Amino acid sequence: MIRAENIFKSFDDNEVLKGISMEFLPGKTNLIIGRSGAGKTVFLKILVGLISPTSGKVYYDDVDFFSLDKKQIREIRMQVGMLFQGSALFDSMTVEENIRFPLDMFSGMTLAEKHDRVNWCLERVNLPGVNDKYPSEISGGMQKRVGIARAIVLSPKYLFCDEPNSGLDPRTALLIDELIQDITYEHNITTIINTHDMNSVMEIGDNIAFLHQGHLAWRGNKDQVLETESEELKSFIFASPFLQRLRTQALAAKNQ
Amino acid sequence: MNINLLYHFGRYILLLKQAFSKPENWSMYWKETLRQMNDIGIGSIVIVALISVFMGAVAAVQFAYQLDGTLVPRWYIGYIVRDLAIIESAPTITCLVLAGKVGSNMAAELGGMRQKEHIDAMEIMGVNTANYLITPKVVAALVVIPLLVTLSAYIAIGGGYLATVPTGQITADEYARGLRAFFIEFNVTMMYVKSFVFAFILTTVSCFQGYYVQGGSIELGKASTNAVVFSNILILLADYLLAVLLTS
Ligand SMILES: Nc1ncnc2c1ncn2[C@@H]1O[C@H](COP(=O)(O)OP(=O)(O)OP(=O)(O)O)[C@@H](O)[C@H]1O
Ligand SMILES: [Mg+2]
Repeated sequence: MIRAENIFKSFDDNEVLKGISMEFLPGKTNLIIGRSGAGKTVFLKILVGLISPTSGKVYYDDVDFFSLDKKQIREIRMQVGMLFQGSALFDSMTVEENIRFPLDMFSGMTLAEKHDRVNWCLERVNLPGVNDKYPSEISGGMQKRVGIARAIVLSPKYLFCDEPNSGLDPRTALLIDELIQDITYEHNITTIINTHDMNSVMEIGDNIAFLHQGHLAWRGNKDQVLETESEELKSFIFASPFLQRLRTQALAAKNQ
Repeated sequence: MNINLLYHFGRYILLLKQAFSKPENWSMYWKETLRQMNDIGIGSIVIVALISVFMGAVAAVQFAYQLDGTLVPRWYIGYIVRDLAIIESAPTITCLVLAGKVGSNMAAELGGMRQKEHIDAMEIMGVNTANYLITPKVVAALVVIPLLVTLSAYIAIGGGYLATVPTGQITADEYARGLRAFFIEFNVTMMYVKSFVFAFILTTVSCFQGYYVQGGSIELGKASTNAVVFSNILILLADYLLAVLLTS
């Protein structure tokens, strides 16, 4: 479990996060949603310690993350996998070398064992046989999958995904979402996903936190989204007139 | 301005402290160091050779011109070219040129990795990125650059020969006599001290510039330029300080 406690973050006089507290549950897809610029990436990077908060605390299973020394932080990080907004694959390495990198660095495996593990991960993300391609030779959606494969190669306890489906067509986006959710359930991972995609919210939102103007404006799950009375959330998720009509119809159908 | 300078200097020292700690995985570091040696060494041989041959040639021709009509014997040309190469041109000019080639390259490579979140991705995996990305470059440079400097000294002496002997200004024997005259071993020591210090400066300063890049392609370009400019200034400053220290 990961717990954030009263996180504040400002850049100069731009106050981005104004006291966010929340828990992220194991075996669940925890979503952080909010408008572009709401501070989702900043919040996620604070959770993994890439940015330090102006004030507030982050706990990993009741260990205060920011009180740890560098070595202890690295030990926690070995249990963390992260998919970046832009995939962040190393472009001078092949797909196989990318996925193998954490293994090369931290495991005592033989080359054959590493190769098997890489293939297992690629199978898992439905992308077998691209081992020798370079990141520039595969599509954006495939890059995301390779990013996921690399994030899960060391069997993480915590998985962070920053906009896993931005820039993908709705069908591919859905596949990526489902993939992340399946992996989360299979291995009881604490998964935290940043997104502003309403499909993701409605499909995989086990535990949703809505960031609005620096505050945690709403919490709930995908079933509660439909019925929410929060004006900010409604105008964020059901942004277009078309979606508003759908919502009204869905609510009507439900209440019959 | 002064506070800013102190801030950057402090950050530079902290980065070095982080970089020079015990590697997590020796074989990965070794592989990376070999790759860097190849990049720095093999990648720079041609340019270093080209510059050195001209430096030697120009020095020889210029001194031949200056000695003309004086009482100084012509075979002094060999002596002057040799000492000029060993003391100054081989270590200093080579490293200034390498700052332009290798330093800007390192800053751009690290800066690109920072901007594309590669460094963050490695951090998340638990890698000490300052250590893994910087130390192999510094170690490789400390091994390879003194070798390049040695090569440069030899080639400069060859350049001096090519510019004066085939043109008939002096004979090969005279040139060789100059090369053997007044040889002071300490000058060679000085050459190596300089090349180690300059190699350290140019790699660490360039990596520092690249490692902390923010923003976009304009900042990346700036970092790459700064890597060259600051390396060059610091190399010249160190050159002066070493000259004062080592010859006093
Ligand atoms: N390094 C930084 N320096 C200064 N301001 C920053 C920095 N990083 C983020 N910000 C500011 O923090 C705010 C939130 O940015 P953030 O990237 O977290 O948004 P986001 O919710 O992830 O948006 P998107 O959905 O577009 O990715 C923005 O106003 C941005 O200008
Ligand atoms: Mg973002």
